Amino acid sequence: MQIHISTGDGLPIYLQVINQIKYLIASGRLSTGAELPPIRVLAAQLLINPNTVARAYRELEIAGIVEKRRTAGTYVSEQGSPLARRERVKILSERIDALLAEASHMGVAVDDILKLVQVRYASIQSTRNDTSTNP
Amino acid sequence: MFDAYPSAAPPIVDIRRVSRTFGDKPALDDVSLVVPQGGVFGLIGGNGAGKTTLIKHVLGMLKAQQGSVRIFGLDPVQNPVGTLGRIGYLSEERDLPDWMRVGELMRYTQAFFPNWDEVYAEELRDAFDLNRKSYIKTLSRGQRARAGLLVALAHRPELLVLDEPSSGLDPVVRRDILGAIIRTIADEGRTVLFSSHLLDEVERVADRVAIIHQGRILLTSSMEDIKDQHRRVTLRFQQPHEQPPALVGSLTSTGAGHEWTYVCSGEHVQLRSAAEAMGATVIDDAALSLDEIFVSRIPAKEAR
Repeated sequence: MQIHISTGDGLPIYLQVINQIKYLIASGRLSTGAELPPIRVLAAQLLINPNTVARAYRELEIAGIVEKRRTAGTYVSEQGSPLARRERVKILSERIDALLAEASHMGVAVDDILKLVQVRYASIQSTRNDTSTNP
Repeated sequence: MFDAYPSAAPPIVDIRRVSRTFGDKPALDDVSLVVPQGGVFGLIGGNGAGKTTLIKHVLGMLKAQQGSVRIFGLDPVQNPVGTLGRIGYLSEERDLPDWMRVGELMRYTQAFFPNWDEVYAEELRDAFDLNRKSYIKTLSRGQRARAGLLVALAHRPELLVLDEPSSGLDPVVRRDILGAIIRTIADEGRTVLFSSHLLDEVERVADRVAIIHQGRILLTSSMEDIKDQHRRVTLRFQQPHEQPPALVGSLTSTGAGHEWTYVCSGEHVQLRSAAEAMGATVIDDAALSLDEIFVSRIPAKEAR
């Protein structure tokens, strides 16, 4: 499980763990039924306090994203997938909000942003096609 | 097992109103500090803040001139056997007998600790890539720190005390030290007290912190609370201001004209309503790293 902890931006570490596990589920890199590493293993891997990992797992469990099974161990729950959809929307919404805020500071109208999104999409598509034809 | 923190057990370290002077220079001024069982306690402060002096009181190397020190409920000066035998200690200088070989250091240290775990000691020696036959004086700075860490850990102490363990070490050895701290508390009930000025390390591993400055404790708090209660807020005022308008709970402020940025302590909701009452809008509101919180807490002219 690839998680990266950074102390520079001030976001509490347990929230970084929660956000990144949600992201891994939303992006399909952790699927329903996948087992999360044991608390002490993840703590040792990320070099963070085990209580911090425990808190992140606890909050993910309360949110129904993961579940504990009888034989210890924490797994991505069945509900993971509808929740993953919601999470995808949430992650993208946050990015869009930031984009809109910045555009408003610069005095750029929403219609122009929508046009710009189309332009960027076309541009990315054409570079992809170029690289796929000339490897 | 991780849910039981902070535990109801009596504190491992209980320091009450300790003062200490060296000559006429105050080193500790009315310091009280409680380290509960089963977590990582980070003691943070600049050079000369009093961290090492405080740790020497914990180890019974200094006697409190005023106030009381209890470790596991015992006075470490009166009862060194009952306390030191249960503490693993790594000093900043990592003072080890230069003339010994690694193997000799291990056997020598083992003699002091009935709980010495030979299998674990050997595991650590292997993991740290230390040769039994190497003389301590020939070890690199990093290997010397690892040797010090080995003898501090191998008797599985109830309390691990590390004084600036990372200072002057490369990132690989620093990871070993953080890993050792984490493994120590992952074993139920054990406690770590460490001092550091590398605040990103403290933020990663500590669940409680105390800020010490000029011999006084400025703040003791759980890491959770200290992070929750400090924010950097940028306000935009309707009118330009020459000086930052006073905001409840603000520790520092920078800015000019319409926009001022404050580092504040206090509850989220209160801050927002205070800002609204001043006719200002919150245009940015962000959590702070422990590093930024520390700097905001130390009076500006004295910060290093």
